[in-house]
Amino acid sequence: MPKLIRDGAIVEDADNTEVLDLETWLGCDDRTSRAVVLEPGETLEPLFAHIGELPLVLVNFPTFTDGRGFSYGRELRERGYTGELRAVGAFIRDQLTYLGRCGFNAFQMDDESQLEEALASLKDFNEYYQASIDQPLPLFRRRA
Amino acid sequence: MYIYDKYDQQIVDERVAQFRDQTARYLEGKITDEQFLPLRLQNGLYVQRLAPMLRIAVPYGLLSSRQLRKIAELSRDYDKGYVHVSTRQNFQFNWPSLEDVPEILAGLASVQMHAIQTSGNCIRNTTTDQYAGVAADELEDPRPWCELIRQWSTLHPEFAFLPRKFKIAVCASAEDRAAIHVHDIGLEVLHNAEGETGFRVLVGGGLGRTPIIGEEICPFLEKEHLLTYLEAILRVYNQHGRRDNKFKARIKILVKAMGPDAFREAVEKEWQALKNGPTTLTAEEIARAQSFFTAPDYVTADADAAAAELQSQCENDPIFANWVKRNTREHRVAGYRIVNVSLKATGYPPGDITDQQLEIVADLADRYSFGEARNSHEQNMVLADVRQDQLLELWQELQKSGMATPNLGYLTDVICCPGGDYCSLANAKSIPVAEAIQTRFDDMDYVYDLGPLDLNISGCMNACGHHHVGHIGVLGVDKKGQEFYQVSLGGHQGKDASIGKILGPSFKQEDMAMVIEKLIHTFVDLRQGDETFLDTYRRVGIDPFKERVYA
Repeated sequence: MPKLIRDGAIVEDADNTEVLDLETWLGCDDRTSRAVVLEPGETLEPLFAHIGELPLVLVNFPTFTDGRGFSYGRELRERGYTGELRAVGAFIRDQLTYLGRCGFNAFQMDDESQLEEALASLKDFNEYYQASIDQPLPLFRRRA
Repeated sequence: MYIYDKYDQQIVDERVAQFRDQTARYLEGKITDEQFLPLRLQNGLYVQRLAPMLRIAVPYGLLSSRQLRKIAELSRDYDKGYVHVSTRQNFQFNWPSLEDVPEILAGLASVQMHAIQTSGNCIRNTTTDQYAGVAADELEDPRPWCELIRQWSTLHPEFAFLPRKFKIAVCASAEDRAAIHVHDIGLEVLHNAEGETGFRVLVGGGLGRTPIIGEEICPFLEKEHLLTYLEAILRVYNQHGRRDNKFKARIKILVKAMGPDAFREAVEKEWQALKNGPTTLTAEEIARAQSFFTAPDYVTADADAAAAELQSQCENDPIFANWVKRNTREHRVAGYRIVNVSLKATGYPPGDITDQQLEIVADLADRYSFGEARNSHEQNMVLADVRQDQLLELWQELQKSGMATPNLGYLTDVICCPGGDYCSLANAKSIPVAEAIQTRFDDMDYVYDLGPLDLNISGCMNACGHHHVGHIGVLGVDKKGQEFYQVSLGGHQGKDASIGKILGPSFKQEDMAMVIEKLIHTFVDLRQGDETFLDTYRRVGIDPFKERVYA
C-alpha cells in the first residue's frame, strides 16, 4: 500500500478510489465515488459547479517548479471544497508549508523513504502575513 | 521607518532556520542542484562566475544607520569589504561562500533585514521613489503602501513558483522616479475628487529581452482593495503565464497575447472571488503602516536666515556651491535639503561602496539625517533630511570619503550592472565601459553643459542596468564569443516613458568611448537652446546620430 502524509501524519493509503482525469470525471455518471486528478494548465471553471460531488482531489506536479497547482488548491478551498486535497508528483518537501497553506492536506511523494523527514517541513513556519486556507485571517487582522 | 514586531521577527527568524537546514541538506547531498536552485535563489543566492552572489533586500531602499553598520560588518567578515547597490535598491555581496550564507542571513535578521525573494520566480522587492516622504512634488508618502505590499508578498504561499520573476513599483509624485511604466505592476498613487487615495494600476511593463511599456488595467483602484486586486492579477498570471519558454514567461507577454482588455476581464473575474474578503485592507492597518513613516522632528528654521547663510557659504566656496547645485534637491520642508551621496566616482565600479564608506554614511545619517539613508535605483545613496545649515559640514565629510562626485543625473552618473566581471549571465563586461566613458568625459563643465543625461549600461539582455530606458543605452552582446556593445537612443524612465531605439550594428569595447563622444557631438551640433539630449533626440530622430557614428 502506498504511504503518504495525511493531516500531519504518515499513513498507509488503503483507499482504492478510481482516479479520473478532469474531462472523464466531468463526463462520468458516478462522480461521487471517483476521484479527479488535475494537471497544470487545466481550466477549473467547469469543476466548480460540482464541488459538492468530489470525494477526493489529486493535484499533479509534473515538475516542482510549476506553481499552478498552488492556485488550484486555494481556488478549490475558496469555493467550498472540504474533502481531501492531495499533492502528487515531483513536488519537494521544502514546498510542504506553502502547499499546506494553499489547502493541501495530503502529500504523496515520489520517494516514500523521505516521508518521515518531510514531516518536519510542514512546520517550517508558524506565523504568516497572508490569509490562506489554514489561516483565513491575514496577520494584520490578528496582530496583538 | 517600519519597525518589526514579534511577528515580523519570528517570520524572518524562521526563514533563516529553514534555509540553514536546506543548506545543510544540500551540502550533505540530500537535495539536488536542481531542487536547491529555487530555494537558494529565493534567499538571494546566485552562483556567479567566480563566487556566489548574495542579494540583500532593502525594502523600497530604506535603511537605518544600524542596518548600514551591520552590512559593513558582514561585508568585512564574510566578503571582501565592499557591496554593490543594485537597480532594485538592494545591496549585493559579491564573494560570500555558500556555507556562510545562513550565518549572514542570521546577522541580517538581527537588524530586521533579510534576503527573502530577492531572486527567483517570485514577487521581488517592491521599489519606489528614493525621495519618498520628502519630495516637494509628492502627493503622499508611498512607503506605507510599499510596506503593505512587502508584507503581503513575503512568503506568499501561492506565488513562490511563478512562471518568472515579478516586480512591483509604486510612484506617488508628479515626476516618476520609480520607473513604474517598465514594471510587471506599476502603481501610481492618486487622489480622487473626494480626496480619497487610490491607485492607477499598470500591468505588463518590463525591460529584458522584450521591452514594453505597461498597460493601464484600472484607472482608480480604491485603497482598501489594493492587496486583493494584486492577488487577482498574480493568480491570473500564475495560471496563464507561459512556462514553456523562459524568454516569454513574464507577465508582459501574457498581457500582450491576451490584450489588455481581456486581461483586465480575467483579473476582474478572479477578483470577484477575493474582493471584500479578509485580505481587504482595514483603516486600522493602513493607519498602522502610515504610523511608521511620519515626519521626523524637523527643526523649524528661520528659512530666510538659513538660505542667506547657505548663499554666503556658496559664494565663499565654488566647489561646495557646485555640489549643492548638482547633488542636492529641494525638500518639502523649508530649511532642509535632500542630499545625494554619489557612488559614481570615476575609477570605481558604479554603485559600489566599501565597508568604511558604509560606516561613514551611517555616521553621517546619525549626525545629519535622523539616522536613516536610502539606496536609489540609479545606484547612489540618499540622506533625505539634511538641515541647510549643516550642508557644508556634511559635504566636507563626503568629499573626504569620495562620495561627493558632483554629477547626479549627468552623463557620468552611469547606471551599470556588475556585468561580465562578476555575473555569469552577462555577455560582456559593463564596468570598464562605464569607466572609459567617465574618463573620456572628465571635463565637468562640459558635462554640465550637456544637461541631464541618463547613460545606462547592461551586460546582457536581462537589462539589470536598465539600458532600454537610458537616453543612451548600452547593451553587451555576444558575437561569436567576442564582447560587443549595442547602442540605443531615446529611452526614458519618467511618466512619458519610452523604450530606446537601436542605433545600428554593435561596437567593440575599445570604441565605445569614441562612439559616445560622436553621439554627444551630434547632440551638441543639433541642439536648440536649452534642449536636453532627450528633447533633441525626440525632435530630430535617430538618423542624424546614425549618420555621424557610422560615417
